[in-house]
Amino acid sequence: MTEAMLAVDNVSKRFGGVIANADVSLQVSPGEIVGLIGPNGSGKTTLFNSIVGFHPVDSGSILFQGREITALRVPQIARLGLLRTFQQTRIYAKMTCMENMRISTANREGSLRAMFRRFPPAVDEHAEELLEFVGLYSKRFLRAGDLSFGQQKLLEFAMALMNGPRMLLLDEPTAGINPTLINGLIDRLRRANAELGITLLVIEHNMRVVMNLAERIYCLAHGELLAEGRPEEVQNDPRVVEAYLGVH
Amino acid sequence: MKPDRTELVAFLAIAVAGIAAPLVLPGYSTQFAFLWIMVVFALTWDVLGGQMGYNSFGNVVFFGLGMYVCAVVQVAPFTDLAEYTSASGTQDIGLTHGQYFLGLAAGCLVGAVVAVIVAAVLGSGILALRGHYFAICTLGLGIAAGEIAAGIDLIGAGSGMVTPLYPGEIGSRERFFYFLCFALAVVVFLTLRSVYAGRFGLAINAIRDDEDKAEAMGIRTTRYKTVAWCISAFFLGIAGGLVGNIVGFIDPTEVAFAGATYGVWMVLMAILGGKGTLWGPVLGAAVFHATQELFWTYLFGWQRVALGLLIVLIVVFFPQGILGWLREHYPERFGHRIAPAESPSGEEAQRP
Repeated sequence: MTEAMLAVDNVSKRFGGVIANADVSLQVSPGEIVGLIGPNGSGKTTLFNSIVGFHPVDSGSILFQGREITALRVPQIARLGLLRTFQQTRIYAKMTCMENMRISTANREGSLRAMFRRFPPAVDEHAEELLEFVGLYSKRFLRAGDLSFGQQKLLEFAMALMNGPRMLLLDEPTAGINPTLINGLIDRLRRANAELGITLLVIEHNMRVVMNLAERIYCLAHGELLAEGRPEEVQNDPRVVEAYLGVH
Repeated sequence: MKPDRTELVAFLAIAVAGIAAPLVLPGYSTQFAFLWIMVVFALTWDVLGGQMGYNSFGNVVFFGLGMYVCAVVQVAPFTDLAEYTSASGTQDIGLTHGQYFLGLAAGCLVGAVVAVIVAAVLGSGILALRGHYFAICTLGLGIAAGEIAAGIDLIGAGSGMVTPLYPGEIGSRERFFYFLCFALAVVVFLTLRSVYAGRFGLAINAIRDDEDKAEAMGIRTTRYKTVAWCISAFFLGIAGGLVGNIVGFIDPTEVAFAGATYGVWMVLMAILGGKGTLWGPVLGAAVFHATQELFWTYLFGWQRVALGLLIVLIVVFFPQGILGWLREHYPERFGHRIAPAESPSGEEAQRP
């Protein structure tokens, strides 16, 4: 078996009396597209935050490409090539789309000289290609804050690609995007996975999207891992249906 | 980064006006020198306040530090510092031309370096604070620095310190310092223009727009923030050294750590011109300095009231500043436009 791209092992996290994650374990292999589903408040975003180092975990360990990242901070983990997007969509609102893209290029060396370096023309070309890939090419000189919410989501996705990550954690990439655009986005996520070799772990509420996209699905409920398997298996798992619909 | 036509015209106009001003109106050399100092104030404040979104009310600390350090470096090698300051200006150490100019150069440099070190040390601590907390903390720093300086006998304590006498002929002193201030403003402007064009500029803009996002994208935010403050501190340190020598007398709270005047003005000028833009602070400083001189001349006695009124008017009607207002109303002039047609691969640009 090849080494897992991401291995989350028995991670727990509580906020005061609320147990957000209880002994959650999951594995993502290189090149996979994995879905993470669960009702609201089931601890999906908390798990993302734990993985990317936004807050410390109470117990458990997280390995990225075989490397222990449990105690690393957000920017360090990002520089290793594990990047996340945000549920609320975060872009640099007062900067143009091109500027958003330029500053998203990875700067792994971090010397004083590298901090002041100009952006070579190749960066702009790559940024334009990616903006075209997500369909924002004609908006490239607009301020990102002037884009519609859906367009900002696409920009955030393009920014993530600009960074050249090994793996992306996407927090509800299709939330707030109109249905016709969703198909385009699914297609682009697939292409990013197939053509750029980026492993994806996707939180998604839209069942049609996640069933279409993911090869494997984990389902969380009340902070615990409820089910795991292929989309159709998870979809038909009575426990999952119960967690979502609240049948007792 | 090549300047466009508008910018080229502005450069030429400033160069001509900057060189001609003290020659045409020699009586106003000091006022003109202060104009350039104001430009330096506004530009250096804007690095954090405008470009990075961290409102600092403590930048005057670096200015005051530079001023004291420069004066000490100028005096200490030639006489006993404690005796010199306790004589409060009655002791003439009679520096030669060489001693004076070398001392001034060394003083400005050492002052700048000390300011940078202090910025790095303070910055690594308080730049972790965000928003209002950072602003309040820096406000405290400015006040504390003045009080501390007023308590150190070696630098004259509350009765201040006199800078060495200029050795040249009468009248040449004003022109000399004018050109130094002009040169400093030009260097500050060109340096910032250059660093804003690269990764540094976009990184601090990113921190301003969304610091959590910047971290999530792997940007070394703490390092960028600290370096940004060090850049401000460096130039403010030099400015302090120059102003100390122009004024001739360093009062700890009125001249060096003058939070209520310089400290507030630097914020105001940047906001007036348009914070977060390169030319905004320059424009703001020019407008502010001119208005202020006019108030002092024509509304004497009421000048502070008029200044206060001006501040209120700016904040209420031009919260974005002059350039910010222009950008809001004419976004195409600032390059914010929809650019359809040609795409990199030649395909029809896709509609998202």
